[in-house]
Amino acid sequence: MSDQATLSDNDAGKITRVEELGYELRISQVMTTNVVTFSPDLSMLEALDLIQKNRISGAPVTLNGEVVGIISTEDLIRALRDGRIDRKVSDYMSRGLITAKATDKVVEALKVFQKKNVGRLPILDENHKLVGLLTKGDITNGLLTALQRDYQAEELIRYRASHLFEDIESDRTSLILRYRIIKDDFLHGGAASNHIKKALHRLGASRQVARKCGIAVYEAEMNLIIHTTNGGFLRVEVEPHKITMEAYDDGPGIDDVEKALTPGYSTATEEVRNKGFGAGMGLVNIRSCVDEMTIKSSKESGTNLYMIMYLDKSQ
Amino acid sequence: MFTLQTILDKIPLKVLTEPVNYSEIEISSGYASDLLSCVMTGAKADGIWVTLIANINIVAVASLLELPAIIITENAQPDAATIARANQEGIVLLSTEAGSYQVVGKLWQLGITDTDPSG
Repeated sequence: MSDQATLSDNDAGKITRVEELGYELRISQVMTTNVVTFSPDLSMLEALDLIQKNRISGAPVTLNGEVVGIISTEDLIRALRDGRIDRKVSDYMSRGLITAKATDKVVEALKVFQKKNVGRLPILDENHKLVGLLTKGDITNGLLTALQRDYQAEELIRYRASHLFEDIESDRTSLILRYRIIKDDFLHGGAASNHIKKALHRLGASRQVARKCGIAVYEAEMNLIIHTTNGGFLRVEVEPHKITMEAYDDGPGIDDVEKALTPGYSTATEEVRNKGFGAGMGLVNIRSCVDEMTIKSSKESGTNLYMIMYLDKSQ
Repeated sequence: MFTLQTILDKIPLKVLTEPVNYSEIEISSGYASDLLSCVMTGAKADGIWVTLIANINIVAVASLLELPAIIITENAQPDAATIARANQEGIVLLSTEAGSYQVVGKLWQLGITDTDPSG
C-alpha cells in the first residue's frame, strides 16, 4: 500500500550521501593517473601483449600527448575475428572521442557513463593533455574511500568530544550548557531537552543516561513553559563524574512543594491538559530518572530545581 | 521483530509524513496514553505510540524517547507545523478514524504484545 512513487521535487531534499559525494568529488580525485597509453603506429598484436601484461581492459591512444583514440578489448576481438591482428592500432581504435575534464565533478562522468556506451573516459587537463583515465570501477572506489573518510571524521569528532575532559587539565573541568525557556512556547517545547540529550550522547554518555537526563530535563522544561510567570532557564553542567541539571525561574513559586511531589497532583489548566500535559507526574518522573532532586521555591524568588545524575565509571 | 511496513500492511492507517522505507523501521513494543508524562515513564525506545493528542508536543516526546512512529486516533488532525517537525525529526505520523482501544487491539492481534523479555 505504500507506493514507491517516481522521483519528484520532494525527493530533492533526500539526496543520499553517495549522490552528494558525486557533486563534491572531482574526477581528478578518483581517476587512475598512471595511464598506459598506446601509439597509433603500434600493431594490434603489440597492443594485446601490453593489455595482458598490464592487466587492463583498454587504453587511450596518444600522439604527442594528445588523445587521438581509444582501444578496448572489444577492438582487439574485432581485429582477431578479422584475422588482422597485425594491423595498426589506428585502424581499429574508436575515434568518436568522449573525454572529461579532470576538474569536472564525478557526477558529470556518471552522466556520460549512463548515456554513452563507453567503459572508460580519457581525462584531460585544461590544455587538452591526457592526465588520467576513469572507469566506473574508479568511481566506485573513489566513493567508497570518501565514505570511509566521512566515517572516520565522524568517529574522530565523537572521540574528541568524549575525551574532552581527559585532554584538558584543571582542578575542576566542566562544560555548561544554558537554554532560555519562554513561557507558553509550546511550539518549541522539548527542543532544549532534545539538544541536551544529543549533547550528552556526543560527550560519551550511555544511551540510558542520555535518555534519563533527557526525560528529567524535558519535564523541567515543560514546567517552565506551563507554570512560570516569565519563563526561565535550563542550565546543565557536565563533569566527568556527574551531570547537574538545573531549572530556575522568577515566579510565581510553588504553593506547597510536598503536594506538588504527590503523583497525580496538578495545577495545570484545562487548556494545558488538553495538550496532554498536567498528568501530575512531572516531578515524580524527574525523581525516578535522576539520582538526586532538590526543589527550592518561594513566592519572592521563584523556583529552583536541581537534578543530579552520577556517572558510573563503567559507563 | 515487527517493522512498520508490517503494521501498515495489516492495519488501515493514513501516513501523514513524507514516505520513508517503512520496512527498515523496527517496532519492538507499543504504548498508549494521552498524558505526556505517562508516556515519558511508560513508553520504551523503538515502540509505537497510540494517542489522540495531535499537537506538536507529541513529536518532541517521541523524539526524546526514540519512538519511531505515532498513531493518532479518532481522526485527530495534527497541524502543518507538527507534520513538518515530525519530518525533520524522522518520526512517522499515522492517522486513523478508529479509537485508541481498537488500534491497540489490532496491534496486539498482530503480535505486538509488549512482552519483550528484554524490556
